[in-house]
Amino acid sequence: MADNLRFRNPELAHSIAQKIKTVAPKKGMVKFCHVCGTHEWTITHYGLRSLLPENVEVIAGPGCPVCIVPAAEIDEAVQLAQKGVVITCFGDVLRVPGSQSSLLEAKAAGADVRIVYAVSDAVEMAKSEPAKQFVFSAVGFETTAPITAVEALGDLPKNFSFLVSHRLIPPAMELLLGVGDLQIDGFIAPGHVSAIIGLKPYELFTRVYRMPTVVAGFEPNDVLMSIYMLLKQHSEHDAQLENEYSRVVKPEGNPKAIEVMKKAFTVTAGNWRGIGRLPDSALQLRPSLAQYDAREKFDVHVKEGKDINFGCECHLVIIGKIKPKECPLFMKACTPTKPVGACMVSSEGTCRVWAKNAAAQA
Amino acid sequence: MSLDGTKAHVDFGQGVLREVNVSLVEAKVGEYVLVHAGYAIQVLEENEALETLSLWNEVLAAGQE
Repeated sequence: MADNLRFRNPELAHSIAQKIKTVAPKKGMVKFCHVCGTHEWTITHYGLRSLLPENVEVIAGPGCPVCIVPAAEIDEAVQLAQKGVVITCFGDVLRVPGSQSSLLEAKAAGADVRIVYAVSDAVEMAKSEPAKQFVFSAVGFETTAPITAVEALGDLPKNFSFLVSHRLIPPAMELLLGVGDLQIDGFIAPGHVSAIIGLKPYELFTRVYRMPTVVAGFEPNDVLMSIYMLLKQHSEHDAQLENEYSRVVKPEGNPKAIEVMKKAFTVTAGNWRGIGRLPDSALQLRPSLAQYDAREKFDVHVKEGKDINFGCECHLVIIGKIKPKECPLFMKACTPTKPVGACMVSSEGTCRVWAKNAAAQA
Repeated sequence: MSLDGTKAHVDFGQGVLREVNVSLVEAKVGEYVLVHAGYAIQVLEENEALETLSLWNEVLAAGQE
């Protein structure tokens, strides 16, 4: 794609920023919320907030799949690791705090915990070491869940199972609309979740809540354009569902991925770190696949964990209520090398994104 | 790059090649795919990308005559 660079062309960015000024309200605040760690990265890395008028704010909602995994589910993985099961996970999951211990601390104490790039790598390990039990910590939103589904419906070895921590984004967006003092004026919907689920799940927000919603890509000009589109709707008192990221997001999403998810999972209530229990927001393997459900296979069920450490304000950062620098621990007791809260652990966590960018802390 | 059942060799640019599972998409050799954790999750539409850019130009040109 020869024109790829146009999506991050600085001159084009400035033209869009000029256009944004023409549609931004002359007085009063406007607040848009995105729900994707990668959007936060783009906005912070390219300094997009500095291009916006002072009364246009973009906040980060619960868009980091690793950050919102409750401590209880990390505790389950740690317990399995301590029993001699090999735990495989994405790199980000390793340092997420559990109630007492992270997987990294369990590994340091002798447990067999391994980072993989893809779940298929974990399956290959299980095949080549048949005497050991392997569990994959399946964390992620709708972008990642179909991958777990494909593997669970495929030809898995007997010594392999999943600790499923998948969550769904639209229920979290709906929660944000119920947080009275957040007062969001529009959603920047996540591009890669939408690549799977399509546009339909967002209709609720425009129809019922009258909330302008734009699905956006991840280049800086994608995000700026989505802000322009939201401001334009706002200025016209409109509430439409628009797709800025049509080169990737099709209205119907990815039908194959939706189908395998339906085949492999049931939708159930789930706990979110810092948020609590949300109805119809989590995925669980169907009873027919119980042999691949590590919770059933090893009878490990941790009901409650300690989600937030003393002084940590992850629960407020996760819903966009405060900025990382408003947390008393940020870059003092809590840093990327010694994270206190989950938002500082994952590369998609808001605190981690801000910590890696000096300008964001100013 | 090349395709064999559910496995494809994908060029990530700058010489990075990796095997990617393409069972979630209908991809042909020569097309661009969006890869997430070792799986292609969508085929990119070059025409849509160009259309988006021309739409942007229209938006930016509007009101500036």
